[in-house]
Amino acid sequence: MSALPRIVITGVGLTAPNGNGLAEYRESLLTGVSGVQPYHIRHVGDTLAGVCDFPATKHQKRREVRRGTRAGSISVYCANEAFLDAGIDAAALTDAERARVGVYVGITEHGNVETENEVHELIGYGNDTSFWSHHHNPRTVANNPAGEVTLNMRLTGPAYCLGGACAAGNLGLIQGAQMLQLGQVDRALAGGVSESIHTFGIFASFASQGALGSHADPTKASRPFDTARNGIVVSEGGCLYMLERLEDARARGAKVYGELIGYGINSDASDFVLPNSERQAQCIELALERAGLTPADIDIVNTHATSTEQGDLQECAAVRAVFDADSGVHINNTKSFIGHTMGAAGALELAGNLPSFDDGVVHPTINVDDLDPGCAHPGLVLNEPKRTDGVDTILNLSFGMLGINSVVIIRRST
Amino acid sequence: MNREEVIQAVKDIIETIAPDEELDGLDPSERLRDQIELDSMDFLDIVMELRKRYGVQVPEEDYKELASLNSCADYLQPKMADMELKASV
Repeated sequence: MSALPRIVITGVGLTAPNGNGLAEYRESLLTGVSGVQPYHIRHVGDTLAGVCDFPATKHQKRREVRRGTRAGSISVYCANEAFLDAGIDAAALTDAERARVGVYVGITEHGNVETENEVHELIGYGNDTSFWSHHHNPRTVANNPAGEVTLNMRLTGPAYCLGGACAAGNLGLIQGAQMLQLGQVDRALAGGVSESIHTFGIFASFASQGALGSHADPTKASRPFDTARNGIVVSEGGCLYMLERLEDARARGAKVYGELIGYGINSDASDFVLPNSERQAQCIELALERAGLTPADIDIVNTHATSTEQGDLQECAAVRAVFDADSGVHINNTKSFIGHTMGAAGALELAGNLPSFDDGVVHPTINVDDLDPGCAHPGLVLNEPKRTDGVDTILNLSFGMLGINSVVIIRRST
Repeated sequence: MNREEVIQAVKDIIETIAPDEELDGLDPSERLRDQIELDSMDFLDIVMELRKRYGVQVPEEDYKELASLNSCADYLQPKMADMELKASV
């Protein structure tokens, strides 16, 4: 990508089940604070979920919250916080500047929550569709979360969502970078969101698949790499980055969190739900090649592992295939704290590692009491944070159903 | 429901649809949309809530009858005379 403009992260807006904003979230990741809690949802009943507690009305009127969707609210919160963190006064942007902001929001799915709510109402009114809400269509269109951001912040540039199952958070980031490199926009709000804990269908479907996590202690239910894992903990969340071209960021004296130096997206083409370690490894190699790096150059690999046996084993095989035991890489996992934030996962899990550029500490994978030998790697950082000699590169993995793989590599600002 | 209760029923509905608005000072003879922020989707919400809470059907040609609190009362009171005001939700 040497001929293209360099793309940097200059702001982070996030809500995670264990913290709002990067500082609070990072603190939770370094002190072992889980965001998983008991949760009840109709039809499924008592289960577990990662639930966010962010002040929605900080940036939205109550009327906007009511009319829109949870994914929209999460997006609006993250977008406003990203602007604030980047030191850009959104209200002071000129019309021309507003037209040059792109919004690229990754989503695993959208519309299930709103459709289930309407069907629930419909049944209550004897299947009379005159009770079906006129809000159904604007709430369920696939661009809803991004569109709500434009309405709230009066941004007039391109804004849409990228459907990429659980790889979507990275897709948002990659799309934003590409649009900046093409000169289509001057600023990009990019990342992913999820409201999936509000649809019973996602819990019921994982349960039917034998892949819904449970544990007597909710904080121990999400346990990738541990032999006692029994499935995914579904979570909501969001993370949108402010991306800019390096030259623009420097010109305005912006704080730079890191530079996106490589990425890869590919497809397994092998199964609806089962992952494919060979394709995952190829995706990692693609990202490394584009970044002009070798495996030995990577300091942290943040895994996607969701606490399912097949998923964890396949991913660990892919990581081992690329990163030798003596490569010096550190390997961690964020879902062990927050569960699976679906469309937000790639972006949110990357964010939790960005402070490593400053403090040199690698946050751990928690809840590993009995490491699955099939997941073993000398680089795993288990249960306690690890202080290193310094972190210069982070490689973030995010995979999704139908066999979509995504990898991004971020380098410390130079 | 008497006329005052019908007006209260409509205000209760508006309160859920436009929660940021102050409704105490509404002039019942003035158009609602001239006094508070209500757009066409909000207006459809009022129609929907009348249907859900009271089973009152307001056909599209009668939407204009819901312009002010007074016109709401004129139009709805005959339809809601035998009903009880529901607790605000």
